[in-house]
Amino acid sequence: MTRLFNWLGGTVLAFFQYLGEVVLLAADTFRSIFTHKLRWKLFLRQIVEIGLLSQLVVVITGAFTGAVFAAQTFFQFNKIGMGSATGAVVSVAICRELGPVLTALMVAGRVGAAMSAEIGTMKVTEQIDALRALAVYPIDYLVVPRTLAIMISMPLLVAECIAFGIAAGYFIAIFLLEINGTYYMANMVRWTLSRDIIMGLSKAFCFGILIVFISCHKGLTAREGAVGVGRATTEAVVNSSLAVLIFNFFLTMCLNIIYPAGYQ
Amino acid sequence: MSPESPLNSEMIAVRGLTKKLARQEILRGVDLDVPKGETLVIIGRSGGGKSVLLKHLVGLMQPDAGEIWIEGQNITRMTERQLGAIRQKIGILFQGAALFDSMTVEQNVAFPLREAGERNLKVLREKVREMLDVVELEGQEKKMPVSLSGGMKKRVGLARSIIRRPKCVLYDEPTSGLDPVVSDSINRLIRRLQERFGMTSIVVTHDMKSAFHVADHIAYLHEGRIYFHGTSTELQQASDPLLQDFMLGRSEEQREVESSTLRDES
Repeated sequence: MTRLFNWLGGTVLAFFQYLGEVVLLAADTFRSIFTHKLRWKLFLRQIVEIGLLSQLVVVITGAFTGAVFAAQTFFQFNKIGMGSATGAVVSVAICRELGPVLTALMVAGRVGAAMSAEIGTMKVTEQIDALRALAVYPIDYLVVPRTLAIMISMPLLVAECIAFGIAAGYFIAIFLLEINGTYYMANMVRWTLSRDIIMGLSKAFCFGILIVFISCHKGLTAREGAVGVGRATTEAVVNSSLAVLIFNFFLTMCLNIIYPAGYQ
Repeated sequence: MSPESPLNSEMIAVRGLTKKLARQEILRGVDLDVPKGETLVIIGRSGGGKSVLLKHLVGLMQPDAGEIWIEGQNITRMTERQLGAIRQKIGILFQGAALFDSMTVEQNVAFPLREAGERNLKVLREKVREMLDVVELEGQEKKMPVSLSGGMKKRVGLARSIIRRPKCVLYDEPTSGLDPVVSDSINRLIRRLQERFGMTSIVVTHDMKSAFHVADHIAYLHEGRIYFHGTSTELQQASDPLLQDFMLGRSEEQREVESSTLRDES
């Protein structure tokens, strides 16, 4: 019994310590953003790495999700004669949920893994110590450029994902399912509000921040050896994906107060 | 800021340094003084805490207890950002050289200057060439660290750590994993740097040949404490069995065999 409580207590403590470390890293990073000069070259390289090169993945994710979602919605709605409402459902769902969450999961897999592997390798080969010994603060050099880059890239990537999702849904609906294009468009425009888009982009911004700090933290605390880096990378992807999914629920509840769903 | 200390004349002064890593006591009260311009070699068994001691001297590790003074400033309670100023004075050559593997040799060596705000490409290139000259690696600017041999990596690492002309350089096992010829050239390099720039040097090694070659003083770190501190001649004349074992590269077992044969003969 004591052992159970010991284990339980240890796990809870470890969890809160982990949360604390991530929050401290975030605090340190934001302090650095406002008080120290930005390294433009590193920042631009990260924009390319995180934003530019993630586009293909995000576009494919968005397009096929939009297409399949349009098809499934149509199959159900058509039975009750509401086939032309498909456009509205697809676009609202993609803006508010599917776009931001799926993009975040893809970015966590692609960019989060790269971040923790890169920083983790630098850690175990003493390159981070070398930075420190050369009077360069690793947060300034490694975390700040990535944080700023992901804060800018994520909303843009999500916007792209939403656009391709809606477009793919439209094409499937019109050319494959033969829904009337005019009704489809009219319903979609009528029921999709600017606050749906704002909600999606706000979520994107928050998810980006979650991914960058969880992944950089895993890299910075990687343990010795190839196993250490491997484990750090896996944990970075798993933890940031879980964090995105869990945080998404609370974010939806909060944001819904500011940007309520539906037409009022 | 930290109060002025009586240890002002020393480059580095360490008092009662203790450190535990994963519940194992690595350092158990190290006291050490390194005067300006001196080359001190710290020898000791592998895993004896030499590298750990070295990392404490630039604040890469925080001690559990004890103090470290660099030119009269106590660095023990400094934050990472405050340590920046101290680290400008001290260069460190890591055991694996720790070159930035995404940069060329030239970018690696120029890195400290760029970070210090130097943007003029001509000046940078000139300084890098001068440093590569010093470490005898002329014309290797465009190579990536992966394509360098162990000895070359260490030289590039050294060039990078001395390009800002620090007052003190710390070497972590500068000759480990190198063949005897390359080792010798690295030893000469350490000597030359000290003569040419008057740098204080601390060399951590278990290579006795290297130790005798470069040292003004030698300190033997044993079980987390400084067991011996003196000149090379004093070390060579020492009759202490522990020191002799280390110098001769003799295990305890071997010593017992030797002493028992001596006894039998007598």
